[in-house]
Amino acid sequence: MNAPLDPPPAPAVIDVRDVAKSFTLHTQGGAVIEVMRGAALQVRAGECVALTGASGAGKSTLMRMIWGNYRIAAGSIRVAGVELAGADARTVLALRRDRLGHVSQFLRVVPRVPAREVVAEPLLGLGCPRDEALSRAEALLARLGIPPALWGLSPTTFSGGEQQRVNIARGFVHPFPALLLDEPTASLDGGNRATVLDLIREARARGAAILGIFHDAAARAEVCDREVDVGGFTP
Amino acid sequence: MTDGTDIRRNDGAGDAKSFKGFCQEFSKIPGPGGEAPPLLRVSGLTRRYGACIGCAEVGFDLWPGEVMGIVGESGSGKSTLLACLAGHLAPDAGQVLWRDRDGRTRDVLTMSEPERRMLARTDWAFVHQNPRDGLRMGVSAGGNVGERLMAVGARHYGRIRATAADWLGRVEIDPGRIDDAPHRFSGGMQQRLQIARNLVTHPRLVLMDEPTGGLDVSVQARLLDLLRGLVREMGLSAVVVTHDLAVVRLLAHRLMVMKDGRVVEAGLTDQVLDDPQHPYTQLLVSSVLQV
Repeated sequence: MNAPLDPPPAPAVIDVRDVAKSFTLHTQGGAVIEVMRGAALQVRAGECVALTGASGAGKSTLMRMIWGNYRIAAGSIRVAGVELAGADARTVLALRRDRLGHVSQFLRVVPRVPAREVVAEPLLGLGCPRDEALSRAEALLARLGIPPALWGLSPTTFSGGEQQRVNIARGFVHPFPALLLDEPTASLDGGNRATVLDLIREARARGAAILGIFHDAAARAEVCDREVDVGGFTP
Repeated sequence: MTDGTDIRRNDGAGDAKSFKGFCQEFSKIPGPGGEAPPLLRVSGLTRRYGACIGCAEVGFDLWPGEVMGIVGESGSGKSTLLACLAGHLAPDAGQVLWRDRDGRTRDVLTMSEPERRMLARTDWAFVHQNPRDGLRMGVSAGGNVGERLMAVGARHYGRIRATAADWLGRVEIDPGRIDDAPHRFSGGMQQRLQIARNLVTHPRLVLMDEPTGGLDVSVQARLLDLLRGLVREMGLSAVVVTHDLAVVRLLAHRLMVMKDGRVVEAGLTDQVLDDPQHPYTQLLVSSVLQV
């Protein structure tokens, strides 16, 4: 649960207040499924918070509402000062461009695009010169143990662990002030796991507000300041 | 609209110094262009076929550098809508407002025919589903690309040929085949040639009707990669009609879902696909294996 707030509290970069979510399944007779009520959490600059709770408790649902691919049924989610409840597409896209990063569990990319381009893409979208974007991408791929021979190949052909590291590199290549991590250390071996935890610590040190789902309890204990159990938001 | 300065206002005050420095770093990055007016404003666009509705009351705005996907099953009105936008079909009602290079707003539907043809040759491009509809099959590949350049006043043969060769290379067609007629090309090459022909004049808006339809998966991927690069590097805006949800997820920033000629749902692409609200969108999304 939330730790008591230390006064004076710094403003939250990720600020979730009284959020509810339900789904109306029109293909199944219009059944309404209420999945979340009264969700609230704050992540401040330089803080890493873990979402915990049983499978199906709503960790991913909450992450998706913050990322913007799920609508917010009620309440407010502000990321870097931007209200996401009822936000139009362009507002969400602008936020994702430079302020909100996301490491998803599964890599979804255009086939045939080389790994180095996949990682550099967030920088290219921000107008970073191509050479610089690619060299930053390559440095991160190297750090995450992806051999140079693979940089020019499409990650669609990579192993699960390699795909995940490409995904992580893509999420960390730009210093996003807010970062969502979905199982960043799952299926990684010891050395790469340590590198990812270092990346998280470095992001925290530069002032990023990080919210993550970590099944790896040891990783959670190493990098997270506190935990929020989403079980408390079950209707 | 909100911009990066909000964060500094909120969090810069008493926080970690590193965060401040970091915010200063990212605030130097150019903004998302939120202040720029839309390139295209479509409202109330309606086209009937006798008593049947082709498309009805369709409206949307499109900003520079933005790709909008339009999905729906056959007969949902998406191709009618695209044809009305392109001027291939005359709508019964509606407005299509276009911001030209001088920043003036023009109603495309009330333009004179020569003006509209000029627009179609310069700032607008149309990529047909079937490349045969967008290419001149009896003219060489180089001629197909060069023709559009000549239509906007290029006259120097050497320069036209060099530009055509450059564009063949960009769409990954061997420039050595510049003198071959497109009927000697594969379907995927023809589609890429059509794209080169359309983009050589640096249009600001591209309308695409099922651009990857009928192509095998590896060729589709190559085309998607090409289109994404062009959108990013040339600041191109595009309206892409397709029935392929995987294509729009990778290509489109925003998505419109059409059914029976009307827009039933519109918004951020991954939000429409991951959390569909309308019964028809839910059916559409649940009917595919994986997107």
